[in-house]
Amino acid sequence: MSVPEAGRALLVLATGPLTTVQDLGRRSHSHLGVGRSGAADRGALRLANRLLANPEGAAGLEITLGGLLVRASGDLLVALTGAPCPATVTDARGRVRGVGHASVERLPDGATLRLGVPPRGLRTYLAVRGGLDVPKVLGSRATDLLSGLGPERPAPGALLPVGPPPVEFPAVDLAPVPEPESGDLVLAAVPGPRHDWFRPEALAALCAEPYEVTPQSDRIGMRLRGPRLERARGGELPSEGMVPGALQVPPSGQPTLFLADHPVTGGYPVIAVLRDDEIGRAAQARPGQRIRFRLARRATMR
Amino acid sequence: MTARLHRCGDHAVLVELDRLEEVVALYDALAADTPPGIVDLVPAARTLLVRFEPPTRHAEVESAVLAARPAGGRRVTTEEVVIPVVYDGDDLADVARLTGLTEREVVAAHTGTVWTVAFCGFAPGFGYLVGGDPRLAVPRRTESRVRVPTGAVALAGEFSGVYPRESPGGWQLIGRTETVVWDIAADPPALLRPGVRVRFAEAS
Repeated sequence: MSVPEAGRALLVLATGPLTTVQDLGRRSHSHLGVGRSGAADRGALRLANRLLANPEGAAGLEITLGGLLVRASGDLLVALTGAPCPATVTDARGRVRGVGHASVERLPDGATLRLGVPPRGLRTYLAVRGGLDVPKVLGSRATDLLSGLGPERPAPGALLPVGPPPVEFPAVDLAPVPEPESGDLVLAAVPGPRHDWFRPEALAALCAEPYEVTPQSDRIGMRLRGPRLERARGGELPSEGMVPGALQVPPSGQPTLFLADHPVTGGYPVIAVLRDDEIGRAAQARPGQRIRFRLARRATMR
Repeated sequence: MTARLHRCGDHAVLVELDRLEEVVALYDALAADTPPGIVDLVPAARTLLVRFEPPTRHAEVESAVLAARPAGGRRVTTEEVVIPVVYDGDDLADVARLTGLTEREVVAAHTGTVWTVAFCGFAPGFGYLVGGDPRLAVPRRTESRVRVPTGAVALAGEFSGVYPRESPGGWQLIGRTETVVWDIAADPPALLRPGVRVRFAEAS
């Protein structure tokens, strides 16, 4: 039994363009029209939690393009993963120090943590030992921006309570992780389920030239601009269940890559789906960055 | 039942069937006795998406789907709800025109059968109801509304539905209800879950 430490919390002072509370999302509510949501780069949130010996699905903050400023209430241990940002801690006496990426950092009572803009990647994760203890909605603390479910978006002045620390202690001080790519991303996708709705050359077209990530991109999906994917047949597809990583193709022929808050069902055919471990990398692509797709033959065993 | 199986990325199988009734029966069978590793079932008009997690593999899920014995007819839920409706929707006259019925006949047809929630989608708690009078089949509006109010009762294709909260929408609005169909504080939060039977009644 861990000793409760009353009043431990993060006080939000600034959020940057978009900061949300995320965990690994809600399972088993799709049949009610509720999507999974959760961290867009699930691997990054998991890593931050593992560094702190939290359960992998503990809630943390997902920070888009930096700009976060928070103050510790009580002594906290934190870890930053995902897109590396310039980060500093200013303690209660005004002394400033730099903060490492993917490492276990102390954030003492009264200290502030400030994140600059990441030079590469899009989404940074801040985990706190004990996890953010905001109320769950349908079993999860994930913020679903499509359906509006989950915690409110933290605004300046919000106090985010921190849960009791787990029994286990952090085993390592830092994790070596590859930097997010700043050039063309190469992502592997598995054909289907509806590649037969397209002309035979469409899969080749998908992989031939890079697609640009447009500014019409968010946690729901990334609109891509590149070679047009031509349909072999007209007609309407009755709406069907969608998955994260799906490349859904509307009549424009320009695919949308679905991310964490994708709609539960969709009415346009999906030509291919990203391999599972590529979805988090895709979620780190910035508008203007280019994606090259390559086909993975089949889901491999692991 | 002829099921066509499409693999959908690393952790899902899309099962395509010929008729909605087959989807509902397969969903019921898998929801009542869910094979290990399956974490989410998403029924839709002609498909059931089965999502699973490692170490479960596609082949195991595909076998489980093909081995499922949909009972047909008998549903997991036999709950029946009555939804009082004030039939004054903005599209009621259009629906009458499209169906060749009078407005009163549209109301009589909508309240005259027991509907069943086939599946949910579009928004949390939005149930697609089937089993209505076939004369009520109408196309979606040519232009979507930016704002459909909470509780709007609507028709599109073979379906009827109740908007769980204010949202954009393209269905034909025939009335409104005070019945809350989505309440995050309730357990379960959705009133109109797959299998629930619904009778609409004209509110006086």
